[in-house]
Amino acid sequence: MVDHHTHPASSGSGHPPAIELREISKTFGTVRANKAISMAIGKGAIHGIVGENGAGKSTLMNILYGLHRADSGDILIDGQITPIHSSADAIRAGIGMVHQHFMLVPNFTVLENVMLGSEGSPMLKPGVGETRALLKTLGEEFDMHVDPDALIEDLPVGLQQRVEIIKAVKGGARILILDEPTGVLTPGEAESLFKILRRMKQDGVTVILITHKLSEIMAITDTVTVIRGGEVVGHRKTADTNPEELAELMVGRKVLLRVDRGAARPGAVLLEADGLECHAADGRPLLHDIDFQIRAGEILGIAGVAGNGQTELLEVLSGLRPVDKGRLVVMNRTVTRQSRTDPEQMRQAHVGHIPEDRHRHGLVLAFEARENAVLGFHKSSVTGEGALIDQQAMTAHCLDLMREFDVRPPNPNLSGRNFSGGNQQKLVIAREIDKRPRVLIVGQPTRGVDIGAIEFIHKQLIRLRDEGCAILLVSVELEEILGLSDRIMVMNAGRQVGIVPCEEADEQTLGLMMAGIRGSDAA
Amino acid sequence: MTAPPPLPKWADLFVLPVINLLVAFFICGLIILALGENPISALVVMVKGAFVYPGSLGYTLYYTTNFIFTALAVAIAFHAMMFNIGGEGQAALGGLGGGLVCLWLAPSLPAGIVLPLAILGAAAFGAAWGVVPGYLQARRGSHIVITTIMFNFIAASLMVWLLGGPLLQQGQQSPQTEAFEPAGQMPKMHDLLGGLGIETTSSPLNLSFVLALLVLVGFWVLIWRTRLGYEIRTVGHNPDAAHYAGINVPRTIIVAMAIAGGLAGLMSINELQGVQHRVILDFTAGYGFTGIAVALMGRNHPIGIFLASLLFGALYQGGSELDFEFQSITRDMVLLIQGMIILFSGALAYMFNPPLARFIARVAAKRLEARHV
Amino acid sequence: MSEFLFQALLTLDGTVRVATPLILCAMAGMFSERSGVIDISLEGKLLVGAFVAATIAYFTGSPWLAVFCAIGASVLVALIHGFACITHRGNQVVSGLAINILAAGVTVVVAIALFRQGGQTPILDRGDRFGPMEFWFVETLDPIPMLGAVYREFISGHNPITYLALLVVPASAYLLYRTRFGLRLRAVGEVPAAVDTAGVSVAWLRYRAVLLAGVLCGIAGAYLSIGQGAGFVPEMSAGKGYIALAAVIFGKWRPVPAFLACLMFGFLEALSARLQGIDLPLIGEAPTHLMLALPYIMTVLLLAGFIGRASPPAAIGVPYTK
Repeated sequence: MVDHHTHPASSGSGHPPAIELREISKTFGTVRANKAISMAIGKGAIHGIVGENGAGKSTLMNILYGLHRADSGDILIDGQITPIHSSADAIRAGIGMVHQHFMLVPNFTVLENVMLGSEGSPMLKPGVGETRALLKTLGEEFDMHVDPDALIEDLPVGLQQRVEIIKAVKGGARILILDEPTGVLTPGEAESLFKILRRMKQDGVTVILITHKLSEIMAITDTVTVIRGGEVVGHRKTADTNPEELAELMVGRKVLLRVDRGAARPGAVLLEADGLECHAADGRPLLHDIDFQIRAGEILGIAGVAGNGQTELLEVLSGLRPVDKGRLVVMNRTVTRQSRTDPEQMRQAHVGHIPEDRHRHGLVLAFEARENAVLGFHKSSVTGEGALIDQQAMTAHCLDLMREFDVRPPNPNLSGRNFSGGNQQKLVIAREIDKRPRVLIVGQPTRGVDIGAIEFIHKQLIRLRDEGCAILLVSVELEEILGLSDRIMVMNAGRQVGIVPCEEADEQTLGLMMAGIRGSDAA
Repeated sequence: MTAPPPLPKWADLFVLPVINLLVAFFICGLIILALGENPISALVVMVKGAFVYPGSLGYTLYYTTNFIFTALAVAIAFHAMMFNIGGEGQAALGGLGGGLVCLWLAPSLPAGIVLPLAILGAAAFGAAWGVVPGYLQARRGSHIVITTIMFNFIAASLMVWLLGGPLLQQGQQSPQTEAFEPAGQMPKMHDLLGGLGIETTSSPLNLSFVLALLVLVGFWVLIWRTRLGYEIRTVGHNPDAAHYAGINVPRTIIVAMAIAGGLAGLMSINELQGVQHRVILDFTAGYGFTGIAVALMGRNHPIGIFLASLLFGALYQGGSELDFEFQSITRDMVLLIQGMIILFSGALAYMFNPPLARFIARVAAKRLEARHV
Repeated sequence: MSEFLFQALLTLDGTVRVATPLILCAMAGMFSERSGVIDISLEGKLLVGAFVAATIAYFTGSPWLAVFCAIGASVLVALIHGFACITHRGNQVVSGLAINILAAGVTVVVAIALFRQGGQTPILDRGDRFGPMEFWFVETLDPIPMLGAVYREFISGHNPITYLALLVVPASAYLLYRTRFGLRLRAVGEVPAAVDTAGVSVAWLRYRAVLLAGVLCGIAGAYLSIGQGAGFVPEMSAGKGYIALAAVIFGKWRPVPAFLACLMFGFLEALSARLQGIDLPLIGEAPTHLMLALPYIMTVLLLAGFIGRASPPAAIGVPYTK
């Protein structure tokens, strides 16, 4: 299965590859992020690098762009060994990068952001004129116009990314790296990005596209490299492969597509949203007109491209964010703008919450496991009845959870950051499920979690459903949504596009709905 | 260069602080040498001055008391991930609170009532001066470092005005209040010990030292054993997770700053009720700032803070001996040493981390090798 | 009326005098903080600058050499700050604090070792320090009512460093808004990663900002001991570095507003000195204590958003790691 030694681009033609990596290795502390990674990419190709989250793709690209330094290995540009120790080296070598988190100064104008680093002279004035002209030419050449005097913070994400691309190619870069460029884009924005990339390819620019979305690989790349656990597990010509093969390479075994589960036996309505709305501090709407009901014993899946209101929905439902309009009924308890709630009250109302980002919300990484095991319940009886926290009770509670949910290593005194992602997640889920919640709010339950743990977590969610819990599940993984949900609600730009029963949903309909096309129109 | 291996916990807790301290002392030694004096004999003078001469230990512990309070005021804020630079102001206000109680009640009530009330008064006024920056940080988003700095100056202006005007002792020129009646004076340790038949040299050491020790224990219980302490630490390490856990983050920040201010305020009991027996200007004398160094060195843990306070107490007391023994160096040397300690134990705390970690890893590897051979 | 005018002129004159070191330190603080490095060590650099200037002036009799050395010493202190905050990613507040305490200690220790005068330097002769700069035509214009007095008291007759400080403000504004260095500086305080990925060294940029702060604080220190004063006195910076920091915040980290804040704070101090012990109509005794505390109170109110909003550079206080 694993074939290290085929370099599709290096075989054949007499030209040296535009870029070649030889045996790149990088270790962080005890984690080997990249292990002897080699690949060669021909001039003017669009090359995809795929792998799961944490496979080492971003580390590799950061090495290529000089942000990290490889422990060993060489980078060759046009056949020449080129040491790249800083971004400046990379830029000089003709490499431009569009970062996953944009490297833009929000309170600068587009012009200032584009100028930064290539101002031309110690005084700004001459450079301003040149940059203006450059923006105009690039805008026409690649059909990516953007107002030079607009402030970045006022631009939509798609345009911000355009500025990133302009920055990357302004100095005549011949190699363009894009790190997960479509994660925050609408399908329309993604399509126009691909159009730009194809034009650049025609111009002879070599494009490296890092992603974990197979559909993108299939749609736009010429060649593809799959990375798993920091190692290259395969090179393919896109035309010669298919998503199933790539998926198998990515995860290392047949993906479990279907989760074993019986039909739902829905009971009483436990959670109801009625015209729910909320906005950002600046008045921008985040959620608009959300209506749904979840009954005991069913799972409502929320599908959508990341950043379309799912996070805010989770926050509202768990009491982290106030309701601005409409109402939320949680087991006969009504929450509106006037009658607010907070996470403590929600938890008392038997609402469990497995947060999207366990490092941000779910855990205190510096705390010991036993302290993390009572997060949110530190005032409850699990920490004893007395005035002080009962240390033995806290430790015993943690050990119980660890045993029941197979958290490894089962050491209550180990600090949170020393557990693997999967075990951290299991600890969070154990903590939230242990209290037998009537309603469970779940965000990205298997993000950054290994396959074995995924299966375990899915089984736990189904078990909880069968015990009569009402579950709302947010995930960007369509497969997960399709595999677990009884009904699916699709969100786009803070609105619900529609709700479909699971039997009637497939990736294609959901994809259309995620792009904002109504379910009825799509059908 | 590859990233260094992680430092073992014991090295992080014990070896690194000692190395930092030694480097600070070493550089101060070089400066003393440059000034034409012998650093070793300066050290001997300071150690003798701090521990050996009769009564010196009492003085050392008296200074230690001040540092314990001001360092704990910094430490509790640190646990909530805030930087409380306002110890000076909070202590000054504490002095005002305790002082008012004594001026008002000491003439008519016994010490058994006046002193506890004075302690409460000092804590309450100090707390009030800590709550305002805490509130502004928690609810209005102003940076606590800047606000507490500004509050130090505002407190200083307030004290100048009060002691030079409304509270000025009749017929006095220097800014200070009337003296406290005996009921408003903390008993001296040498008197108490004398009452028990133990003869000791007289020193300013007073019952506040015992209060400080009790507060140290209380601090440990609060931070590591109570639910409030759990909430404070959660807020400090991860405010988002605290919010998620149903902890009221702004309220916790305000409570932590109230406790911080109260702790700083207690320092005034040692200084005013214990020694001066009246409210005077500038009695805080930089103890609030030094408390930051002590808290840093003590890693915000009561045991560490006690040891670091003792060190600084010894420095202060030993440093005053320098005046008598040397021509070129004086007690101001202590300020220099203090600055060096903050620099190396605080700002450059992790400078020696990578080399130390590599060294330990290499030794461990060698030992492993030796075992296998 | 003319008495009132004269008093007003004297107050304005005092304002400029008090504001000079504030302006220099505020510009220093602005550069450092705009680059993302919190600088509460303005105070310490000021003090070191003052001491070195007085010492060198005493030994050499050359005020120019003294300023030069004051700058050198202050830059050295700035280097310590940079080494701790930039190279070793230490806590910037702790480093600043350490420097302020170190400065208070080292100046007195060395002063005692050198001069044995309780930490002071000997009083400097007139020739060893900067005197007021008499402008041309003072004599000619003097007879003209109003203008003559204004010219004599307010325009002419200040210290050369005062005029320098007034030039530093537009120069700082130009540097910040019109040059490559300024663009990068503003960027590095907001999103250092953007600067790094643009191929510009974050550390070197921040070092330059911190060193620039050192230069300006050194000049300000020289002003204290060989411009306004006639020698070094322990703790002679007396919180001016902190007031300057307040002015930076009050000016929302921008040069001209920070300059105006310095003038306002200087005016309050000059006025309170003038009104000391004077009974005012309606108010009674002038609330000079309140006036002196006003800069601090106003800064607190501003930071809390009660009068406008001051949002600091986004990356301030955060050491940069890739």
